Amino acid sequence: MCPKCHVSARKWQRSVEIFEYRIKPLKSKVTFDFRCKNQNADEILNFLKVLESCFKIQLRSVSVDLNNDASLVIDIPDALCERDMVKFTVHTKTTLSSFQKPDFSVPRQHEDFIWLHDTLVETEEYAGLIIPPAPPKPDFESPREKMHKLGEGEASMTKEEYAKMKQELEAEYLAVFKKTVQVHEVFLQRLSSHPVLSKDRNFQIFLEYDQDLSVRRKNAKEMFGGFFKNMVKSADEVLISGIKEVDDFFEQEKTFLLDYFSKIKDSTAKAEKMTRSHKNIADDYIHISATLNAICAEDSTANKKSLEKLSDLFEKLRKVEGRVASDQELKLTELLRYYMRDIQAAKDLLYRRARALANYENSNKALDKARLKSRDIPQAEEHQQQCLQKFDRLSESAKKELTSFKGRRVMAFKKNLVEMAELEIKHAKVSLTAHPIKHTV
Amino acid sequence: SFSFSPTFTFSKFQILSRIPQPASLPALDISTNSNGPKQDSLMDDDPEDLFAGATEEVSLDSPERDVLLSDGPSPAITPITPPTSVIAPRIGHIEEEEGGDSFDVHISVSDPEKTSLSVFKQRDFSVKRRFSDFLGLHSKLASKYLHIGYIVPPAPEKSIVGMTKVKVGKEDQSSNEFVEKRRSALERYLMRTVKHPILLKDPDVLQFLENSELPRAVNTQALSSAGILRMVNKAADAVNKMTIKMNESDAWFEEKQQHFENLDVQLRKLHASVESLVCHRKELSVNTAQFAKSAAMLGNSEDHTALSRALSQLAEVEEKIDQLHQDQANADFYLFSELLGDYVRLITAVKGVFDHRIKTWQKWQDSQVLLLKKREAEAKLQFTNKPDKLQQAKDEIKELEGKVQQGERDFEQISKIIRKEVGRFEKERVKDFKTIIVKYLESLVQTQQQLIKYWEAFLPEAKAIS
Repeated sequence: MCPKCHVSARKWQRSVEIFEYRIKPLKSKVTFDFRCKNQNADEILNFLKVLESCFKIQLRSVSVDLNNDASLVIDIPDALCERDMVKFTVHTKTTLSSFQKPDFSVPRQHEDFIWLHDTLVETEEYAGLIIPPAPPKPDFESPREKMHKLGEGEASMTKEEYAKMKQELEAEYLAVFKKTVQVHEVFLQRLSSHPVLSKDRNFQIFLEYDQDLSVRRKNAKEMFGGFFKNMVKSADEVLISGIKEVDDFFEQEKTFLLDYFSKIKDSTAKAEKMTRSHKNIADDYIHISATLNAICAEDSTANKKSLEKLSDLFEKLRKVEGRVASDQELKLTELLRYYMRDIQAAKDLLYRRARALANYENSNKALDKARLKSRDIPQAEEHQQQCLQKFDRLSESAKKELTSFKGRRVMAFKKNLVEMAELEIKHAKVSLTAHPIKHTV
Repeated sequence: SFSFSPTFTFSKFQILSRIPQPASLPALDISTNSNGPKQDSLMDDDPEDLFAGATEEVSLDSPERDVLLSDGPSPAITPITPPTSVIAPRIGHIEEEEGGDSFDVHISVSDPEKTSLSVFKQRDFSVKRRFSDFLGLHSKLASKYLHIGYIVPPAPEKSIVGMTKVKVGKEDQSSNEFVEKRRSALERYLMRTVKHPILLKDPDVLQFLENSELPRAVNTQALSSAGILRMVNKAADAVNKMTIKMNESDAWFEEKQQHFENLDVQLRKLHASVESLVCHRKELSVNTAQFAKSAAMLGNSEDHTALSRALSQLAEVEEKIDQLHQDQANADFYLFSELLGDYVRLITAVKGVFDHRIKTWQKWQDSQVLLLKKREAEAKLQFTNKPDKLQQAKDEIKELEGKVQQGERDFEQISKIIRKEVGRFEKERVKDFKTIIVKYLESLVQTQQQLIKYWEAFLPEAKAIS
């Protein structure tokens, strides 16, 4: 029972469906960490205001999770993997009248997502927005290659060993699968929670159209094919070239993003290598455990027991090591990878703005020329006005986007780093309890 | 119990491997019933020019299975009644000097029984020995004892790449590692040798332990005449092995032979897996270090203060973890991998001893066959009139009868010795493995405990991001 407003805690809980909260007193601050499910933003804000007044606290930062808007909820409940192709089932639940049905699903391929992303990038009105990065192509190459190698080496292993290696590979395969579903899902959810992008016509088509999108995809390629690619190529030059930056904010952002991008790209690659080493060690443990088993089966000496224990230990350790590898991948490598792509999207926004600035400057020059020649002045003026307006609108929207992007990024890093540290501790403790010798945990 | 350095605790290991330091040595009893030559103990001699006339020596596959020529006349093996307490002197720390070719052997001996005839004059002393001296010792022991059934511990192998690097004087991590690897291997080799009750009494061994100066072992060079002879013998052995089919009357030998064959296969497999583990863990260490650097740069580039600090902390944690991985890789190697490598070579020696038994049997059978032939020939000669040829035949038969009897005796002797040796070997094996496994487990535990500490220190930093 809240002492101030006499509303019982249960009522609160039901109204906003809090399913997790942590209260941590930290000197003079109290941290409330909670996640709400499927409530609209207003209700949450009300709740927070009540909290503030009741406890005389000042809420510093609120990070709002995706999918908090019940008017458009998207998820990918399942996916099917056929040879090289993955078919995602995109499921939409909506209260918006712009959709024909309130609850429906469509099958989509990876290429459809790419089509959606590219059309959004090409849409002029969204030039001032950070377009969520396209999900990467599903890549089953690594587990497939390993499976192939395993098949070749089958003769040199015991049945048990082979079964365990196969199990590990299947888990890896599954992990890749889960990852790709998640990354496609997040892409759609970011779109659905964006105030502007969620209303995009093509997005609606993507969600609703119950036929194959491949025809549309082909048309889009013909229309946009070259332009997008050209833009990306010369993007860095446009950014770095000597266009005078009028706004400090953007100057800083540009420097920061360019530098950060190269650093995060490097970190992603190095994190990937770390994860791979962990996986290799887990595989070694499998072989060691199996061979120890074989030795101790034949052993009739006093060593038998300690060999058995050692073999058991390696078996447990390899599971732990495998989990360490996959957790590190999810929390660290995937985090870095995702934000690398997100920063690329932010850079793209800067490029578009720089282009708009260049256009504006050109229109100025054209206007001057027209004035000199006393010809076509009204057209030139109008053109210049248009360019200026476009540039201003873009800058304004870009500023908003970049600021919220920073907040989003910091929160995501925090969440993942905390979770990774907790998982590392958990795994180390688990592997300690697996040890047959006495020690303090 | 076996340990290759008395001060071998996990945390100190890294120091030992980078800067060899003398260790303090708890001592053990030594048997006193042997009468080896008393030598003047140490006087520090000037190290000879170690590089004079050194051609790089090629490592042989399994030198312990060869019958080798020894340096000089080897004293006859006198049957020694097993003493009541046979415990070897502990070879303490072997220290390297001058680039991995010369080593200081510190020996510590204690003699609680205080019998009047003590083999060693002093309790704590040290001698300088070259790597080739160790190899020379082994080749002498192998030539004396292998063919009668004693399991002579194999010496560490020569390695061209490592040695040339060290001789050129490269002062880098890998040459230090090489020297440490060699030092540790020599220590284990010597310990195993002196633990063997028969070998300990051998005058060559005592000479090795005590003499201030040893004649340079020449026949360990692969390209010398002795080396070539060795290779020829090896080839001959291989051919013989294929053709000899022994009628095994003793089930024990058949069982044991099978047992060692299986163990050989399994240990080799395990060794290969552990070597792979060492390699991957070293890779993990390198990759972690690289990631740490990258994370530090990312932290510098980050403009949000709290996140920037957290990323720098992450970089520090990963750097510490890199060191953990390195240490664990060392434990993987020096404890687990080297143990397995040693036993792979030891089992090759055991198999060699079994092979010698078969050869002894063959010799005995051959002389039996020859005797039979001679008897047949003699019988035939009875009907001819050649008295001197007949006499010659009778003499030969007498000789051969003696040989047959000797062959039988040799066969029985070697079988008896092998039974005892195998019993001793298995006991040692059990002890060895147990000790090392416990140490290795402790290293794993320590790594995990440290990991927990590091991540627990990092967690509040991550949570403090706002």
